Amino acid sequence: MSSALTDDDRGDNAAIRFIGVHKWYGNFHVLRNINLTVGRGERIVVCGPSGSGKSTLIRCVNRLEGHQRGSIMIDGVELTDEIKRIDEVRREVGMVFQNFNLFPHLTVLENCTLAPIWVRKMPRRDADELATKLLARVRILDQAHKYPSQLSGGQQQRAAIARALCMTPKIMLFDEPTSSLDPEMVKEVLDTMTTLAREGMTMIVVTHEMGFARQVADRVVFMDGGEIVEVNAPLPFFQHPQHGRTKLFLSQILHMHH
Amino acid sequence: MDALAYARKVPEPEEAPPLRSRGALAWARANLFSSIGSTLVTLGCVALVAHLLPQLAAWATTRAIWSASDGAACRQHQDGACWAFVVAKWDYLRFGSYPVAERWRVDVAEAIGGALIFWLLRINAPRRVWGAFLFFVVYPVLGLILLHGSSWLGLPSVDTQLWGGIFVTLLTAVVGIVFSLPLGVLLALGRRSPLPVVRLASVVFIEFVRGVPFITILFMANNLLPLFVPETWTPDRLLRPLAGIIIFSAAYMAEEVRGGLQSLGRGQYEAAVALGLKYAPMTGLIILPQALTLVLPGIVNNFIGLFMDTTLISIVGATDFLEAMNNAIKDPVWAGPTIMVTGYVFAGIFYFIFCFGMARYSAHIERVRAKGRM
Repeated sequence: MSSALTDDDRGDNAAIRFIGVHKWYGNFHVLRNINLTVGRGERIVVCGPSGSGKSTLIRCVNRLEGHQRGSIMIDGVELTDEIKRIDEVRREVGMVFQNFNLFPHLTVLENCTLAPIWVRKMPRRDADELATKLLARVRILDQAHKYPSQLSGGQQQRAAIARALCMTPKIMLFDEPTSSLDPEMVKEVLDTMTTLAREGMTMIVVTHEMGFARQVADRVVFMDGGEIVEVNAPLPFFQHPQHGRTKLFLSQILHMHH
Repeated sequence: MDALAYARKVPEPEEAPPLRSRGALAWARANLFSSIGSTLVTLGCVALVAHLLPQLAAWATTRAIWSASDGAACRQHQDGACWAFVVAKWDYLRFGSYPVAERWRVDVAEAIGGALIFWLLRINAPRRVWGAFLFFVVYPVLGLILLHGSSWLGLPSVDTQLWGGIFVTLLTAVVGIVFSLPLGVLLALGRRSPLPVVRLASVVFIEFVRGVPFITILFMANNLLPLFVPETWTPDRLLRPLAGIIIFSAAYMAEEVRGGLQSLGRGQYEAAVALGLKYAPMTGLIILPQALTLVLPGIVNNFIGLFMDTTLISIVGATDFLEAMNNAIKDPVWAGPTIMVTGYVFAGIFYFIFCFGMARYSAHIERVRAKGRM
């Protein structure tokens, strides 16, 4: 199991590598000395209390946020201010947002084909074919010609997943993908993500869905106060949390769920 | 229902709403006769309209003079409109001093323009891209050659000093709208640009123009523009107020568009960027379509303002429709007490039709958009 490897073992084969990353919002130190290596095909679940920096962490991967110290390597390419490299990385990294962020003036199909056509320069017919395939995979092909506002929350989030997959990314980032969904729609989105994980996608998922973490994650990362407090495989993470803050967080979140 | 535990066995039937809350009668009761005060106001208004409307209608129709060769008949019947005056002056009101033998060129240009606008305004128009290309690229060149003349095509040159009337009003409005919206969009984007020079230039332009009355802009365009361009290329007398109206309208357009850009959530930008879209496709395909739709009522409002502002270009010597009407009214052959009222009522109707049309079209678009996106 990949979690048995140390960070150094994974080094050359890493999909994502954070090395001593710091970030500030003004004077506020949001990320403190982040060191994390994500192997190819590895599934990481990041959890932690709100304001712990977990969203900021994954938003640094595709440079929605810039970091001020340390380095982030994506597939061997270091993220700098250079626009060309940022674009290169963004083409390979898909992202799913808490609020879906679908384009409301485009149909679901057009949402999916936009980036392949304009970024990958794919002919429209090929893009349509690809989008159709991926919409079928997230089981909303029948909604392809509707506008996002005509879909339920769960369907919208699955459309957003299909949109990101249309760029055939090597890495997928999920920023609390089920947090703004009605409870009865959480499962359909998690099922889609589970399928994706089974197919070997490299994933970083920020979520409080501990069931998903248990079932799918290779490693669980717990963050608090802008630093990584604990990293472990799900089984020991949930059964024998090491750090006091992890224990406290787990007791709070599990209490909430039962 | 008294039991502590309860499970429904029979579904509650669906019922029609009570009669009182529906129908014209209920509406009238709620909105027109809800109290003694509102009843009095309602009856007062109805009486006023009942008194005025028949008189106005009679003035405009039964008592009006519809045909006459000069003002004699109108001077005799002073209790009706003198439409004969408008009929007699119609050609001048449309074309100004444009040579009579060449007026067909204006007709052709207006017909082509009208057809293209109609094509573009239809929702889900077929091949709208082609229509836009024809209207924004081919038509201005073609129209200019047609109206101004070309020795190649054997069309005698017609100096813009002779252009006038409804034709100039429409030309000014269309040129103003076609150029000020794109310029306004660029200024709005410039104002939000991360490049400080671009941002500063946009802010200075917008704030300067907004801080100066339109008439001042017109005078500046008329008197200063020739100083800034090479001596050999003196800007045309009609081009100067056109430049003025574009500059003026663009600044207001920019602020309208900026409002739309600001009201879009950060998520739209982030989603576009995360997909790898660069600035131009993100702006053109994601941001602007949404921002412009959001502020469409404001943009149309600016268009309406621009249409009415075209009447001011006469101050710097251009002959728009209203100026042509002023000239026509001064004609001694038609002099009479009813001429001025008739002329201005007609001009009012003309401006109203266009402005009201734009407002209705914008409302129509909003309804369609609202339905499409729910």
